[in-house]
Amino acid sequence: MNFDDTPQEAAFRAEAKAWIAAHAPKQYEDELKKAALGRIQLKSANILEVAKAWQKKKADAGWAVPHWPKDYGGRGASPIERVIWQQEEGVFGKLGTLFIIGHGMCGPTMMAYAAEEHKRQYLPPLASGEKIWCQLFSEPAGGSDVAGLRTRAEKDGDDWLINGQKIWTSGAHYSDYGILITRTDPTVPKHKGLTMFFLDMKSPGVEVKPIKQANGQAEFNEVYFTDVRIPDSQRLGAVGDGWNVSLTTLMNERMAIGANVATGFPELFEFCSSLMLDDGPAIDDPAVRSKLANWAVRASGLRYTAFRSISALSRGERPGPENSIGKLVAGAMLQDVATYALDLQGAAGVLNGPEDAEVAGKFQAMLLRSPATRVEGGTDEILRNIIAERVLGLPGDIRVDKDVPFNKIPTKGR
Amino acid sequence: MNFDFSDDQKQLRDEARRFLTEKCPPKAVRAVIDGKAPYDRELWKGLADMGFLGVAIPEAFGGSGAGHLELCVIAEEMGRALAPVPFSSTVYLAAEALLLAGSDAQKQKWLPAIAQGNAIGTLALFEGSGNPSPKAIKLAAANGVLNGTKKPVADGAIADFAIVAARTGSTGRDSDIALFLVDLTSEGVEAKALTSIDPSRNQAEISFKNVKAEPLGAANEGWSILSQVLDRAAVLIGFEQVGGSDRALEMGRDYALDRIAFGRQIGSFQAVKHMLADMYVSATLARSNCYYGAWALSTNASELPEAAAAARISATQAFQHCSKNNIQVHGGMGFTWEFDCHLYYRRSNAVAVGLGSLSYWEDQLIERMRQKNAA
Repeated sequence: MNFDDTPQEAAFRAEAKAWIAAHAPKQYEDELKKAALGRIQLKSANILEVAKAWQKKKADAGWAVPHWPKDYGGRGASPIERVIWQQEEGVFGKLGTLFIIGHGMCGPTMMAYAAEEHKRQYLPPLASGEKIWCQLFSEPAGGSDVAGLRTRAEKDGDDWLINGQKIWTSGAHYSDYGILITRTDPTVPKHKGLTMFFLDMKSPGVEVKPIKQANGQAEFNEVYFTDVRIPDSQRLGAVGDGWNVSLTTLMNERMAIGANVATGFPELFEFCSSLMLDDGPAIDDPAVRSKLANWAVRASGLRYTAFRSISALSRGERPGPENSIGKLVAGAMLQDVATYALDLQGAAGVLNGPEDAEVAGKFQAMLLRSPATRVEGGTDEILRNIIAERVLGLPGDIRVDKDVPFNKIPTKGR
Repeated sequence: MNFDFSDDQKQLRDEARRFLTEKCPPKAVRAVIDGKAPYDRELWKGLADMGFLGVAIPEAFGGSGAGHLELCVIAEEMGRALAPVPFSSTVYLAAEALLLAGSDAQKQKWLPAIAQGNAIGTLALFEGSGNPSPKAIKLAAANGVLNGTKKPVADGAIADFAIVAARTGSTGRDSDIALFLVDLTSEGVEAKALTSIDPSRNQAEISFKNVKAEPLGAANEGWSILSQVLDRAAVLIGFEQVGGSDRALEMGRDYALDRIAFGRQIGSFQAVKHMLADMYVSATLARSNCYYGAWALSTNASELPEAAAAARISATQAFQHCSKNNIQVHGGMGFTWEFDCHLYYRRSNAVAVGLGSLSYWEDQLIERMRQKNAA
């Protein structure tokens, strides 16, 4: 048991470290460190431009998406080298937030299902950040139940005509391309009538509307499709095989390790160390200590769970099922930590003006954003189902719509 | 990074599991609970023959000298099997105290005997309610003679010797506390078995009346040695708790698969699935925290005090969580004497306080983190 790199890992780390030290946009380091949960913004510059510039610089040196094959814009790095790169990129990795969907979901799907000439055409600019991709899966009628989606794709000559609506699409407003899952046959059970495509987001008939969120920000969009034409050559996988294509995407992303998943604990610990209560620093209060200790062991537990997964990657193995707990633990924790940080401030916890609120309103912002962490990318409940079914081997839910043609499934509760 | 046990260590774990599955089935635990014997002597002898008692004892003192990582994987299996033997008292507490502070003669006398299964040792620390603290130690030591009472002492009524924490002064400093090694057959020692919520393990009150004792370690370092022993034991007992958590989770999972209600497996109801998923989360966090504790223990890292407290808290929470929800998944059957659920429930709650309470370790963890941050 040790935390040491193998000689190859150490060499890779040294190379990455040296390159980052020489090229990272250090002028934004402090601002990125302080970036609150949610949408990252820079006071001094346009985040989109800074992020694209950093991604392009990495791409020119072969660091853009290290674990992708060289032909598609990567450097053929191993899974453990991917983790080492993330560790070394550190705070500058936050600039990659804009590309996470494209690199994590769209790219691997293209790699698995697109025609070779399309891979060579679309993947390198996706890797380099010159083109941004989004993932058009969720719909008003299909959230946790993605396969309940209703956006239609109908064959029209060599093209498909798309009509319908997607929702919760991150970054659609600045995306160049997207992968889109549609219903091509409503007369068969829901999982069987789906087909996947990729499309140009500038296609006629695509309309993007930002969603104003409960916390006042707008990270996500609604995307409307009206007679949008997609050539059949942009179909990913067979007609009717869209569900399996989407699963490939999701399975691929499970190889990713959230080594630095946000829990809010370091921020809370620091806050409790400086906050003065009536009898002294908050951190000396036994009730505060008990709360802190409970979150401390969750934060450290997640950190060392990630280390176990990284060790598996280092041995050339797949991470074990332990990798599945991260978001479930961290999401709920963020919300609880934020709630408690406000509680410690007493009546003044209500204020969130940067001058009035402790730590410039960081915990108030965390509180208002945190409900989304328990929903996005799989709700707490879906994650528990996944652990119960795939890790513990418990039966799947009884699905009353499983063998029913999609167009016979009820659409309203009452 | 290789934050995992080696193949050899995993093999040792498998070997320990096979051995304990055969020699320590639930009926062996029940034999002790039913009062047929104060502990499972045959199992104790078997553990010695397997070399498990001396796995972290150096060869020079009769052990195999394998190390603490090896002891961690065995501890996990001991916890999983609820082994009704004085393993934690003898191996994690007494042997560790000897290794840390014993003289050569003391080590030569007791460590080989421990490794061979011929000596049971324990730590006599507590004096009634309360947590580890120099202030709570009243048992007096003067000129190598002890007077006072310890309660509860885990395995106190079956132990051959004890490491006794005693007061040598009243300056209010930690240096008032010294450790003594006492042969429990000495004149003036009286051990009385006590009943507890977990009868698979012995608990006792030991009174000392003018008992001659030899010091263990330097006189003014008793508290410091004790703190180190408690940290080491916290990690090792953490592995027992991890083993127990996993087994309780498996029992709940298996029952949820077997039991039919409302025409379906109860494991197909989300209320039950989610309860089991949460148990998995607790057990996984505990395991990862304990792995870090194992690393710190095996390398004697400066991170050990913090790592040990985190392992202790996380593992205590996980075992309590898994053992109580295992009963919940079982429903009424989980509350019968016949089903084994209560054995895990009892053990989880006994070990939760045995080394000082959860709130004590919570306070320790934050204090240690605060000191590290200040440094």
